[in-house]
Amino acid sequence: MSHAVHKDYAGAKLGMWLFLFTEILLFGGLFILYAVYLARYPQDFSSGGHQLNVVLGGTNTFLLVTSSLFAAMALTAIQQDKRLLTLRLIGGTILCAAGFMVIKYIEWSSKIHHGIYPGSASIVKGPPGESVFFSLYYLSTGIHGLHVLIGATLLGVVALRVKNGTINSTDYVILENGVLYWHLVDLVWIFIFPLYYLML
Amino acid sequence: MSTAEDGRLMAERGFWTDTGKTGIGAWIFSTDHKRIGLLYFYSVLFFFLVGVILGLLMRIELMAPGRDIMGPQTYNALFTLHGVVMIFLFIIPGIPGAFGNMVMPIQIGAPDVSFPRLNLFSWWLYAIGAVLVLTSLFTGGGAPDTGWTFYVPFSAKSATNVSLALFGVFVLGFSSILTGLNFVTTIHRLRAVGMTWSRIPLFTWSLYATAWVQILATPILGITLVLVIAERMLGTGLFDAARGGDPIMFQHLFWIYSHPAVYIMILPAMGIISDIIPVFSRKPIFGYKMIAFSSLAIAAAGSLVWGHHMFTSGMSDTAVLVFSFLTFIVAIPSAIKVFNWVSTLYRGSISLDPPMLFALAFILLFSIGGLTGLILGAPATDVHVHDTHFVVGHFHYVMFGGTGFAFFAAMHYWLPKFYGRMYRKRPAVIAWCLMFIGFNVLYMSMKVLGMRGMPRRYYDYLPEFAQLNLVATVGSWILAAGLAIMLVNLFRGLFRGEAFTGNPWGGATLEWSTTTPPPTLNFIKEPVVTHGPYDFKALADDSPDGMPGDGRNQ
Repeated sequence: MSHAVHKDYAGAKLGMWLFLFTEILLFGGLFILYAVYLARYPQDFSSGGHQLNVVLGGTNTFLLVTSSLFAAMALTAIQQDKRLLTLRLIGGTILCAAGFMVIKYIEWSSKIHHGIYPGSASIVKGPPGESVFFSLYYLSTGIHGLHVLIGATLLGVVALRVKNGTINSTDYVILENGVLYWHLVDLVWIFIFPLYYLML
Repeated sequence: MSTAEDGRLMAERGFWTDTGKTGIGAWIFSTDHKRIGLLYFYSVLFFFLVGVILGLLMRIELMAPGRDIMGPQTYNALFTLHGVVMIFLFIIPGIPGAFGNMVMPIQIGAPDVSFPRLNLFSWWLYAIGAVLVLTSLFTGGGAPDTGWTFYVPFSAKSATNVSLALFGVFVLGFSSILTGLNFVTTIHRLRAVGMTWSRIPLFTWSLYATAWVQILATPILGITLVLVIAERMLGTGLFDAARGGDPIMFQHLFWIYSHPAVYIMILPAMGIISDIIPVFSRKPIFGYKMIAFSSLAIAAAGSLVWGHHMFTSGMSDTAVLVFSFLTFIVAIPSAIKVFNWVSTLYRGSISLDPPMLFALAFILLFSIGGLTGLILGAPATDVHVHDTHFVVGHFHYVMFGGTGFAFFAAMHYWLPKFYGRMYRKRPAVIAWCLMFIGFNVLYMSMKVLGMRGMPRRYYDYLPEFAQLNLVATVGSWILAAGLAIMLVNLFRGLFRGEAFTGNPWGGATLEWSTTTPPPTLNFIKEPVVTHGPYDFKALADDSPDGMPGDGRNQ
């Protein structure tokens, strides 16, 4: 048996895809609740949805899609052995993520300022469907926001490895997996945004 | 292979010594799948014994009507803990974590799993989750009292330390997911030359099916537990009927995971039985392809039957009928397995060694458990026995009589291979006999009690149930005595028993072809697979004496 370090890129990517399935199923639980409660309280969901700020949500969508583009370009850049460009593109992705979180903070704090949060006086007194809607809104965007933070941290670690050359044009599967994860974070938002901000 | 060289290899003791590293650090930071498997083994065994003691205490409380040794709140905490410890710390991680890790990579001819560091991380997550669950007992508002199912609305309101226990289980779920994705990747990517899909041993096939369930179902449990924690901490009200939520949605989400989870528990056990029966019948397995296929069929169909836990919850009648129908469908692949095992035995040259005895007990006990499952799967009879001791009896026949006995079978079948020492067979047979008797006395009494209407999760009962409860408690003592004899005998054997280097059971799967104990990367020479996992004739042809020793002649 050889003791040489074993590198199996296809295996590493397979493992990552399986992990992404688990993430989709995690959010799946929240989407199931959304579907059931939307069917039960269509009016309340509609009035709740109209209280969300489409401009801020739209800006965030734009930021995340752009960040995904940067991430994908970073992968192409490392394949072409352009290390500096790779680092800049990863930096762009992380900047977009930071912008996303700032806007999220503005959105949440203005809602909380208006007394709209789980268990607040106005929510408890208001229609039950709205209570459910905003609880789901906070949980879905909150857990998604947590994933944005995790993904950005992951890309930060990847950037350090690109810098010291551990990730290079012949060995970049970690970057590829990081980018896959980032696309997932983006993809989940692509579903959250229309469900909460647009279609109600 | 000369005797002198055998002696030298024996002195080296394979993966125990060949890295030259010793001390606790060489274990808890090792990425060798065999060491991680043994870490898992001793961890789950420890929690199994904790669960056994909790169970025995509950049986003593139920020995006679009224208060015997504890009050109702303590009893509530005990059955919650017994469930949480046994389910999340023993049965779910048990066989995949311990024997899956130890045996599966060797069975497919791989040097290790695909992600060895992730594998170690999954054990660490298991250890952290276990510590969190144990901490929840002694801190905050006291030990959780909700039952292992954590049903709302009670779990959202109970003043006990439910949140920490939920978080611990969440971490354990993560550990289970990582094991699952590691196994799927390993089985796809690391099979040796010649190890085609139709030559994969059935234990590995069952782990493959299990791993998919672990990957696809566990995240739903994760989000559900997070939602209950949010309910408690933030007052989200998603499961609170007074605030527009629906407690039945919790039950749906919980069982979407937790029913497939019972297949996480039983499928690897079935895999162990499928590997043991042909070896001790000296006959190729009957219906290899159907057994492999039925594992996948159980995993798939089993993911669509969760509603049968909720027949009395107030869910729609249409849903009740659909879930009942799907439940009956799962019985088909399960029966395929049982019939194939029995057909393998037919006209075999059966040797009743301890692993085989446990496997035979599995077939009987699992069949009783499975058939009583159909009584629960039919809505009309379920309404009658729902939430009674009948359910407890059924569940233990499948989980303890099934998975538990398969776990013991695996201990007697594989552990000698990893220690290079053999236990004494006579005490093992006596222990098996006691456990088999004690088991049936204990759980059959529960089934009868349930049919007569004794509810579960009560610390007290009406006087007419007294006699059978006493019988059940005595049964639990016989079972515990057998368990003690079995463990003492097994570990005496593993540490001080007679050393061997060959193939003690004459198995034809790859783990018996490498040296005993296996070296760190499993094989001295990369294996090339030329025959199926139960092709005993090819095995005999390979070596003139019919028992190929440690098979280095390949």
